[in-house]
Amino acid sequence: MSELTAWDKVCLARLSARPTTLEYIECIFSSFIELHGDRAFGDDKAIVGGLALLDDMPVTVIGNQKGRNTKENIERNFGMANPEGYRKALRLMKEAEKFHRPIITFVDTPGAFCGIGAEERGEAESIAKNIMEMTNLKTPIISIVIGEGSSGGALGIGVGDRIYMLENSIYSVLSPEGFATILWKDSARAQEAANMMKITAEDLYKFEIIDGIIPEVNGGAHNSKEETAQKIKEVLLKSIQELNKKSVKELQDERYEKYRKIGRRM
Amino acid sequence: MINSTPDIPVGKWIKCDFCGEILYKDHIRQNLNVCTNCGNHFRLSARRRINQIVDENTFEEFDADMLSENSLDYPDYETKLEQLREKTGMNEAVKTGVGEIEGIRTVLAVMDGNFLMGSMGTVVGEKITRAIEYATENKLPLCIFTVSGGARMQEGILSLMQMAKTSAAIARHHEAGLLYITILTDPTTGGVSASFAMQGDIILSEPNCLVCFAGPRVIEQTIKQTLPEGFQRAEF
Repeated sequence: MSELTAWDKVCLARLSARPTTLEYIECIFSSFIELHGDRAFGDDKAIVGGLALLDDMPVTVIGNQKGRNTKENIERNFGMANPEGYRKALRLMKEAEKFHRPIITFVDTPGAFCGIGAEERGEAESIAKNIMEMTNLKTPIISIVIGEGSSGGALGIGVGDRIYMLENSIYSVLSPEGFATILWKDSARAQEAANMMKITAEDLYKFEIIDGIIPEVNGGAHNSKEETAQKIKEVLLKSIQELNKKSVKELQDERYEKYRKIGRRM
Repeated sequence: MINSTPDIPVGKWIKCDFCGEILYKDHIRQNLNVCTNCGNHFRLSARRRINQIVDENTFEEFDADMLSENSLDYPDYETKLEQLREKTGMNEAVKTGVGEIEGIRTVLAVMDGNFLMGSMGTVVGEKITRAIEYATENKLPLCIFTVSGGARMQEGILSLMQMAKTSAAIARHHEAGLLYITILTDPTTGGVSASFAMQGDIILSEPNCLVCFAGPRVIEQTIKQTLPEGFQRAEF
């Protein structure tokens, strides 16, 4: 396996050249139609979503969207969603459920946005609702962590029947900086924190939280976008084929059990 | 020599954090730990809250002996837990069980902020999930009193996943057509506000309770602005 430290992976996961959700969508799917807005407040550009074809199968795709440079990142709010982003995601998921389309989500966020408006409009409520609805949707959900999966902001679109992580992605309860601040009151010790937090794909696989690790070649997805996208596509096709054989009840029961067993006591 | 300071018995008085009034402890206790001057609710231990809410001698506690493990090998986590167990007389940050509230059999989960800020690790998640499942199986209403700093960082990603685990159990309780009431107490934040705290059919809150996803200090540091007065309080 790879010899990179957890902190090396944090840096890779945050690399500005790392492919974003829209780039993977372009490589993996055809005929992507982006849909906008939560029909209540506005359109959050930190989450994108819409309809697409995976080969010839209609699917709903949703993902956190970061920018590739400062200008794009300002537009995308650095991939940190407001409540309307989560509500848009849920609206699209409910639509997918109605038409029995599988849902594919790409997770890549430093966390939900911490701002006045986000709190006023109910950030916690929007994430809580998504998580609860996603545990019980009547259609398959596959979630791929492509970069940073951080805190409830990631889980708000990250609950699924199958969870995969790219080799150099991370998934954590909070950022290493936040962790270092709480533990040592010093965010500069983030590197040390990252190396003890157990946030790599290998760690999560060992904890049986994720179903598999998607390899990145040539030193990372930023050097191998097409190959990484192809590997993601293979995983998606295989997972959907398996999940489509299951009845709605089986899907719901197995998803329930998937989370039920995390930290279970006998 | 006459001592000039008046003779005040130690431990008999308490200051209200909200209005600043110095109050006689026994009066506050008789008033269910609500400030007799301004109505502010003092923070309560889970034990005391259960005694206030549940009919006498009807509470049966679930899983009182369940203990946390150090799955992440987090430094000094075991020592910290042991100290807290000694100090609080509780094994974890939530008490769960079933009891009667004015004769109505109800499943309760009552969090306790004295235990690692009521943070949710695997044991808190597991106890709450079991309580919810008990309510669903036995067709009982559910009341959860929340107080929490959020997901417990000492258990990392396993804590985060408790948000999904508890939410999945709540979804099933809802689907069974059963009543779920959450009562937010100060403070309810982070991974708990972003999961079961916000999923009630009815969500009540104590007055002046901090309810948020990100705490005020985090927001001020992030956006470098001073927050409006009363921001993120229950009344806001």
